[in-house]
Amino acid sequence: MAQSIAKEFTKGLWTEIAPFRIVLGLCPILAVTKTVENGIGMGLATTFVLVFSNFFVSLFRNVIPAKVRIPCFIVIIATFVTIVELLMQAYTYPLFLKLGIFIPLIVVNCIVLGRAEAFASKNSPISSIADGLGMGIGYTLSLMVLGALRESLGNGTITLTGTPIALFGPSFEPFTFMVEAPGAFVGLGLLLCIMNLIPKK
Amino acid sequence: MGLIELAIGCIFVNNILLAQFLGNCPFLGTSNKMETAVGMAMAVVFVLVMAGVITWMVDHYLLKALDIEYLRTVSFILVIASLVQFVEMFLKKSIPALYAGLGIFLPLITTNCAVMGVCLINIKDEYTFIETLVSSFCYAIGFGLALILFAGLRERINIARVPQPLQDTSIGLITAGIISMSFFAFKGMV
Repeated sequence: MAQSIAKEFTKGLWTEIAPFRIVLGLCPILAVTKTVENGIGMGLATTFVLVFSNFFVSLFRNVIPAKVRIPCFIVIIATFVTIVELLMQAYTYPLFLKLGIFIPLIVVNCIVLGRAEAFASKNSPISSIADGLGMGIGYTLSLMVLGALRESLGNGTITLTGTPIALFGPSFEPFTFMVEAPGAFVGLGLLLCIMNLIPKK
Repeated sequence: MGLIELAIGCIFVNNILLAQFLGNCPFLGTSNKMETAVGMAMAVVFVLVMAGVITWMVDHYLLKALDIEYLRTVSFILVIASLVQFVEMFLKKSIPALYAGLGIFLPLITTNCAVMGVCLINIKDEYTFIETLVSSFCYAIGFGLALILFAGLRERINIARVPQPLQDTSIGLITAGIISMSFFAFKGMV
């Protein structure tokens, strides 16, 4: 039992890491990774929604009729998105402003609905939590990596908590392309290419 | 801001796919063939205009009137989901020819973040009713334009010899980056 739960958790971290292995949830990963900080914030918000929506979907999986399951899942997800939105507005207001409409847009993040449909609606609440947590942390890691790549090249800094830390000397010319829109696409494309080079094991 | 500037801004400068990164899953998912890209683009235009107008009305006459704006996320997604369902049933019954073309794309639209995103942008930028109508339509046109351009390129890439690790989505994203760069030229137009 414990072993299978650990397996559900770790698969989200590498073998099925969401944006790279199964190409889902691309919109936020492209839009909010201008800085590492934004990436982490977005990742944690998504993790919160994933864990709770997975748990509740799994809890009600025998009550929800199959025909109307998608609307029911969406309502559950939207509830937790609203909660996370209000929490961020209260406690991390600057981050809330930076992420803007991408917080309510977690509702339509394909990963969340995808996990509810593909995993939580078929498995027990405990393994659904493990799955949600693993997927969420994997997603946060991907956002962090792309954020770090774009911010370090585009700005020459890394922002972890509010203040940017300069990485290179004063003679560094920022590669502004990377923090603009095209850099997001090219950066993610190159990361995907690197992921393809590493075997899944 | 004049309506024409708003329209140009929505189609080119703030292109929903390439500048605002909304709706990227269908962008990469349905752009392998020209046919599916055209179908998806038409379905998005159809649903987005209706969703934009209806969510604007819900926001102004229901949520703001009752002072329950914190329910915006929940109510918008419900409006979009039921609208998509309704459009699907309506088309199936009354315009079967159009349904045959759009049919399989309609359910996908519920989780297309471009639709939800535009509805939220309309509210966030405090557009009037007419501006909402124009912006929803033009964002959808911008989506279709980018999707069809990209599908054309992708059909060509599919017959090219791409190095193995770059294949499929990876080269797709890099191509999208280059198209996005070309859309940069529109900056400063409005």
